[in-house]
Amino acid sequence: MQPVIQVENLQKSYGSLQAVQDVSFEVYAGEIFGMVGPNGAGKTTTIEIIEGLRKADSGRVQVLGLDPAQEGGRLFERVGIQLQQSGIHPRLKVIEALELFASFYQHPVKPGDLLERLGLADKSKSPFSKLSGGQKQRLFIALALISQPELVFFDELTTGLDPQARRSMWELVQEVRRDGCTVFLTTHFMEEAERLCDRVLILDHGSLVALDTPEALVSALGVEKRLVFTLPEEAELPSLLDLPAISRVERNGSRVIVYGQGNRFASSVVSALEDAGVELLDLRTEQANLEDVFLRLTGKEMRE
Amino acid sequence: MRAMKSMTLMGFKLSLREPIGTFFTLAFPALLVLLFGAIYGNKPSDLFGGYGSMDISMPGYTAMILATVGLLSIPISISAQRETGVLRRLRATPLKPQVFIGADLTTNMAITLLGMLGVVLLGWLIYKVRFEGQVIPLILGVIYAGLAMFSLGYLIASLAPNARVANIIGMVLLYPMLFLSGAGFPLELLPDSLKRVSNLLPLTYVVKLLRGLWFGKPLSELWLPILVLGVILIVCSLLAARFFRWE
Repeated sequence: MQPVIQVENLQKSYGSLQAVQDVSFEVYAGEIFGMVGPNGAGKTTTIEIIEGLRKADSGRVQVLGLDPAQEGGRLFERVGIQLQQSGIHPRLKVIEALELFASFYQHPVKPGDLLERLGLADKSKSPFSKLSGGQKQRLFIALALISQPELVFFDELTTGLDPQARRSMWELVQEVRRDGCTVFLTTHFMEEAERLCDRVLILDHGSLVALDTPEALVSALGVEKRLVFTLPEEAELPSLLDLPAISRVERNGSRVIVYGQGNRFASSVVSALEDAGVELLDLRTEQANLEDVFLRLTGKEMRE
Repeated sequence: MRAMKSMTLMGFKLSLREPIGTFFTLAFPALLVLLFGAIYGNKPSDLFGGYGSMDISMPGYTAMILATVGLLSIPISISAQRETGVLRRLRATPLKPQVFIGADLTTNMAITLLGMLGVVLLGWLIYKVRFEGQVIPLILGVIYAGLAMFSLGYLIASLAPNARVANIIGMVLLYPMLFLSGAGFPLELLPDSLKRVSNLLPLTYVVKLLRGLWFGKPLSELWLPILVLGVILIVCSLLAARFFRWE
């Protein structure tokens, strides 16, 4: 596959703070690539160097075959950028903002079509200051997409949004990719990276800690899956240990945790218990996720 | 070119949507014409070299509009746009900085000329003010003086950490100048000691240039204000470009 972004040995420091330390990676055409890490890990510094908005101390960066530090103007024509912190004039109306930005580019899409697509059509005449957080974010996505970019950057797209708005933002990102646009995003929500990204780069203290698909990162942990349930009072728990997928069973009063591995782990436990006529309450499965990956790799919790 | 046009139009629309700014650049000078016209009238006076108070107020109020736009509107608007991330957002597009500044200048110049037109129209309709110069040189003079005042505004915007500080710097520079430069009311009314202070204020030279052009003085008599404003324009532009920050 063709790399659209190539980063080699990227370094950036602010005074004595090493914001980015020797980071190298590639992003391929058509993928949703996520950079995750806690606040202050160096995500925004890295993405803004790639966008051409900041200068690296050393290292080599190529985006769509261009050097962002030298050829920013030509790059801005071909990429869409949503910034973590930015704004437009509070009295500017939604449609006016899109028309204004459309005039900066050679081949813009029709502002009206874009508003329709992003569900902002009924807000077209609203001034920016009257929009909700989610609507503002949609407008910034629209501004990033107005130029029909080959590559789009989303920096902390869903920070500050409620869960529902966040989910609809995820759908939007997937739609953008379906249209053939490569997506580079940063997030400090591990769930977001896991749901959305084809590949995830984990950044901590400015260093690359891991880079792979979410599934590969999780399974590399080798952590067992867990099936958790509650038994009704007086119920007997049949022995489950002869099932091949199961490694151990923990029981704490009526609360039971079964540990095991493999794709058929949960279904084999449930069917064995049903065969034995045991009624299960509050059944749920738990498995390792990117949070656990992060904890294992850095020795600390992702959530503050 | 398309970007220049849309930025200018947008800037113009947004300026008019800013009620306070519009009041101070368009309505306030017009109100002064009505107020001071009602108090002093426009009788020819020896104090003003045979002109009336309103005759000489026309270039003065025009200078006042230039100074308000340059020292208040521009620094506040640019630093507010920086503070709220508008500049950051624009920077991440192919829009060139020259086009951004060019559009901003054009917008502010248009607002200034509109304010001037209002003042002159009122003065002419009510007081039949005398205009003894030529239109084109006068407008060129307004634009030249405007560039000097606006470059001072861009310099304040480059240096001020935020819109609040820009506002304070603008006020501190603007108000003494309005009273001591001949813009707010004629220098002839000031005692000699204050007239000496007025020679140190940039706006005084704007008033001198515009008054000279209004009454048809030859350029050879206006070399000093032209020179002073030229120096202000060059120095402030260079410093503003040097200290400009996107964020």
